[in-house]
Amino acid sequence: MAGSVPGQFRFRYRCPRGSIPDPPPLRFPPPQRKVARKPAPRDHRRPVRRRPRLRAAGQWRRAAAGPGPRPFRPCHVTATRQAGRSPAMLSQIFILSSKGDRLIHKDFRGETCGTSTDLADTFYRRITSLPGDQAPVFMAHEGWHFVHVRHAGLYFVATTTPDASPFTLVEFLNRLVTLLRDFCGPLSEKNVSLNFALIYELLDEMLDYGYIQTTAPEVLRNFMHTEPVATKPFSLLDLGSIGLFGAETQQSRVAPSSAASRPVLPPRGEQGTRNEVFVDVVERLTVVIAANGTPMKVDVQGEIRLKCYLPSCVEMRIGLTEEFCVGKSELRAPFSAPPGYGTAVRVDECAFHSSVKLDEFESGRILKVTPSQGELTLMQYQLADDIPSPLPFRLFPTVDQDPTGRLRLYLKLRCDLPPKSQALNVRLQLPVPKGVSSLAQELSSPEQTAELQPSTKSIRWDIPRCQGGSQLSALFKLEVPGLSRASLLELGPANLAFELPAHTCSGLHIRFVRLPGPAGPPQRWVRYLTHSDSYVLRF
Amino acid sequence: MPYLGGEEALRELRRALANPHVQADRLRYRAAVLRVIRHMAQGADVSGLFPEMVKASAAADVVQKKLVSLYVRAQAPRQPQLALLAVNTLRKDCAHPSPAVRGLALRSMCGLRMPGIQEYLQQPLLSGLRDKASYVRRAAVLGCAKMLKLQGDCEVDGALVNELYSLLRDRDPIVVVNCLRALEEILKKEGGVVINKPIAHHLLNRMADLDQWGKSEVLTFLLRYRPRSEEELFDILNLLDGYLKSSSPSVVMAATKLFLVLAREYPHVQADVLVRVKGPLLSACTSESRELCFTALCHVRQILGSLPGHFSSHYKKFFCSYSEPHYIKCQKMEVLCELVNDENVQQVLEELKGYCTDVSVELAQGAIFAIGNIARTYTEQCVGLLTELLGLQQEHITSAVVQAFRDLVWLCPQCTDAVCRALPGCEDAIQDSEGKQALIWLLGAHGEKVPNAPYVLEDFVENVKSEMFPAVKMELLTALVRLFLSRPAECQDMLGRLLHYCIEEEMDMAVRDRGLFYYRLLQSGVEVVKRVLCSPKSDPSLGLLEDQTERPVNTWASEFNTLAPVYGRERWALITAHQPEPSYACSPCTDSRNRDTESLISEGNKEVLKVHPDTGSLTLIPDVYLTAEQFEKSWLSLDMSCHLSLPWCGTVHPDTIQTALHVVHIQTIAMSKAGVQPWKAYLSAQDDTGCLFLTELLLEAADPEMQVSVKQSEAKPEALRAFISVLRTVMGAAAGLGS
Repeated sequence: MAGSVPGQFRFRYRCPRGSIPDPPPLRFPPPQRKVARKPAPRDHRRPVRRRPRLRAAGQWRRAAAGPGPRPFRPCHVTATRQAGRSPAMLSQIFILSSKGDRLIHKDFRGETCGTSTDLADTFYRRITSLPGDQAPVFMAHEGWHFVHVRHAGLYFVATTTPDASPFTLVEFLNRLVTLLRDFCGPLSEKNVSLNFALIYELLDEMLDYGYIQTTAPEVLRNFMHTEPVATKPFSLLDLGSIGLFGAETQQSRVAPSSAASRPVLPPRGEQGTRNEVFVDVVERLTVVIAANGTPMKVDVQGEIRLKCYLPSCVEMRIGLTEEFCVGKSELRAPFSAPPGYGTAVRVDECAFHSSVKLDEFESGRILKVTPSQGELTLMQYQLADDIPSPLPFRLFPTVDQDPTGRLRLYLKLRCDLPPKSQALNVRLQLPVPKGVSSLAQELSSPEQTAELQPSTKSIRWDIPRCQGGSQLSALFKLEVPGLSRASLLELGPANLAFELPAHTCSGLHIRFVRLPGPAGPPQRWVRYLTHSDSYVLRF
Repeated sequence: MPYLGGEEALRELRRALANPHVQADRLRYRAAVLRVIRHMAQGADVSGLFPEMVKASAAADVVQKKLVSLYVRAQAPRQPQLALLAVNTLRKDCAHPSPAVRGLALRSMCGLRMPGIQEYLQQPLLSGLRDKASYVRRAAVLGCAKMLKLQGDCEVDGALVNELYSLLRDRDPIVVVNCLRALEEILKKEGGVVINKPIAHHLLNRMADLDQWGKSEVLTFLLRYRPRSEEELFDILNLLDGYLKSSSPSVVMAATKLFLVLAREYPHVQADVLVRVKGPLLSACTSESRELCFTALCHVRQILGSLPGHFSSHYKKFFCSYSEPHYIKCQKMEVLCELVNDENVQQVLEELKGYCTDVSVELAQGAIFAIGNIARTYTEQCVGLLTELLGLQQEHITSAVVQAFRDLVWLCPQCTDAVCRALPGCEDAIQDSEGKQALIWLLGAHGEKVPNAPYVLEDFVENVKSEMFPAVKMELLTALVRLFLSRPAECQDMLGRLLHYCIEEEMDMAVRDRGLFYYRLLQSGVEVVKRVLCSPKSDPSLGLLEDQTERPVNTWASEFNTLAPVYGRERWALITAHQPEPSYACSPCTDSRNRDTESLISEGNKEVLKVHPDTGSLTLIPDVYLTAEQFEKSWLSLDMSCHLSLPWCGTVHPDTIQTALHVVHIQTIAMSKAGVQPWKAYLSAQDDTGCLFLTELLLEAADPEMQVSVKQSEAKPEALRAFISVLRTVMGAAAGLGS
């Protein structure tokens, strides 16, 4: 589940407002705090509720290794047997580059001897020759099944047997990706092949005989001895924080976006480097807006991610917005904060990582966690249909035909963000009639670009930056031979992709990140980001 | 520069490894070993360095040991004699003070996979099982499985099995899970590890200590435990309740499956579980990981198969995103189709309409077929939408729409007129075989309602020589003969031309035979042709039948959270048919029929039932289906062969009886609902000689006996006796279950 912030997001981490939280503004009536209603443990028998009595059952005591008080081996003859399901196991794991090169190949069970040399090739041939309608995540081949996930252009593939749980497999592969990113830095073909020894070592500790042993980074770290080899790509962004003559500017306030992607274990020769903690609040926005402008579907999927580089484990306290509440909107009291004060931050559902302690959540909206080095998704939340701020973009299209028979498309894009915020890398993709032959355009500013993409039969309008409250317009004239009324059906819906730095749609904020200890406080960085998963504007 | 893996490079590496100066410097030595591994990973043959590498493993450096162990494990099968060299060093390492080294040595020794290694393994493994460090015990437990796999089909050592069973009480949770895994493999022939009551309870108590992988695996092992009493069952369910809310989808799904399987006799619990798992499934469906999303969608479809409308209020979650890959969009469209209801049909159709003009042909056609599916219930709206799409005049869209129309007209005759009005003009845009066939069929079957039907077909007849698909020609023949019956004047001439072409010039045998067949048929007169060809043009009941494919939860509970739902039912059947059991498994000899019986009927009755289907002089044939009309006709025409009464008390459970009968291949034609007085059922079965058995079951209110009347199509007293004994057993078992 723990995904990555895709590479194209180039925002900087900001320091939270010091370790002492600003006192919350006084408010009358006190904000309602509704936490996830803690449902009483449910009883599956309808009428009476009974306590589980298993602890007391029988003479099963926890005993150390050694012969127990009773004969152990159950009698096989009388025992009930069902159609056996063998446990989840992975026979092989391989990592392939996008071109099909075998970067890592590990055979755990030696069961596929006859075919093992070409299983990876078979997989690659199958995946590249698949027609689009098949499900390429799982593929069957001579009784074996391939499961794969794709990350950063690499294929992470496992072969398994049909009884395995697909959820476990996919989740494990995703976890493997996260761990590799923690241990080796950002994933790429080059990085994987440079760190192959480390990856083999990691796989060896994670899996034995194809069975998952552990994936906890703090456990694995004890058994890992290979140092990561860092790739240092030349990046202008890293230079961005360095001022004239190499003087460090803003270093105390801003960290480059790549800061959180280095490996957790320091590369050779860089012992005892920065103690840093990065907190990411990332929201994905899925929106469908009907032709008349009413939002049909609004979905916000949020995550709070923590990337920790602290060598020793200490308990960390992370304060969320005080007015944070969970549950449906009915739960909000009618007399809650008046509009001018800003309403409560509400989410529909939220789930926490199992290591998060919630004893102060009810009272102070504080998450307590003792993180290990590496990436951790602290909390996931969802919000649907009713978001506090207006949707960031609206589109007003006008379609007509000019006297020469060309299709005139006048698009007005309004950005409804607060004036101080901005949207970056806005890209509007608009399907047009398939018969289109040429495009003429008039855009409202020179930094924008637009082009007709022949492969998808759509117009792509790129806007590098869009200030809140502004309005952009574009006029497209399309030459469509044989234009009929019906071909207007092919126009739209428009899809918008964008990134909103330092903005959350739910309004969730991190009040503070606190670490105990008298020693020099580690650097703490917080970053907010909303990006569009899918933002569809119907015509 | 030396080439990769060339002689030169190999010699160079050997020199480096053997150099005492290098050996003295930890980092340099390690770098040399690393270079060997890198060569190996790139596919070069480095087997020549075996002795040097084994020597390198004797160094104190742990990293180096790990690297060498990687090398040794990869090379050992190719060089079994030399691998014995490594064994000595590894055995020495098994007594190393550091647990990490001990565990590593044990793991690599067991991973050597070469014959004859077992004798060296026994001792280190046994001491490994009793090691102080859990890390070593974990490796040792799985090592046992590896060793016994190498041994092949030797007798399993009972002492070792007992030792492993006792290690289930280990302090370390991973050792416990590994024990289960190892026992499962070792005892595969006996049906795997046995989960009896003490073990099950012990595992339940240890659940909290396990990590997510351990949890989901133990939950899977618990599937084979059957609680002895209802009370115990519910205690277990209550104890495991928290795992339905776990943040890891794999634990949630494993718990769901366990609940569904354990509560197989409590439908309300099953329904409750499925409601509670909705949230986690939906959030997996919107997960950032596409692969997880896909897996979750497949399981949503599985659930929808039994509980249509289960996700209806969340239909918006299944709208496609622009950037999603095809396989997700297709799944989502299927899901949308299944959860459509009166409230959301408008929005869903609007959404699907957007996909119809997608640039990808498969996706667009998929969306059109999805609308076609919805049209079975919401005919008018959908037909309007599809007609609108015809205006686009695009090849793939028109073709898909016409195919959707064909399927629709068959199921919903009320939309025939609307479809016929939309058809003119389509013929120009259709190029592919499927689309042409659909159009021709529509014109043939409903030609009297399309004014220009003969002229469209005439165009096809004109171009028949250049037609590439035989299937289209066959369809054309049938359609034209049919149309000739309703509009003879316009068709006679071209029918003659077409028949002439098919008989005289056509190269495809099937088409030619079909042409000859129609020619001869026409010779025997119009009345005969009408009798043969004018079959019903629609069959609304087929649609109802299809809707009834809703399957009870119990039919798929055991497949939940396996790869079966991921592939879909049809593809899964295909995959498993070609590959009955992969090589790793020596499957216990249970055939599918017995497995059905197992899930269905409690243990006591199992043996009785299993015996009967194929014994005696009677073999009932599966999958013989009589329609109600055929049954009625035969029933009325036959005489009573036998009448008997069976003891019966309490109420009737039609589902149980029906499934029980199905197991022994007796088909249920009709059956009253539960609680109806008097209760009746009609059954039919056929044996391998073609003899039909028709049966009526009658239970009057408050009668302690069920009246059974059997009729037989051929008088065969012996078969009849056998049939009655089967029936008696099944009904006896069903009665036992019901009460």
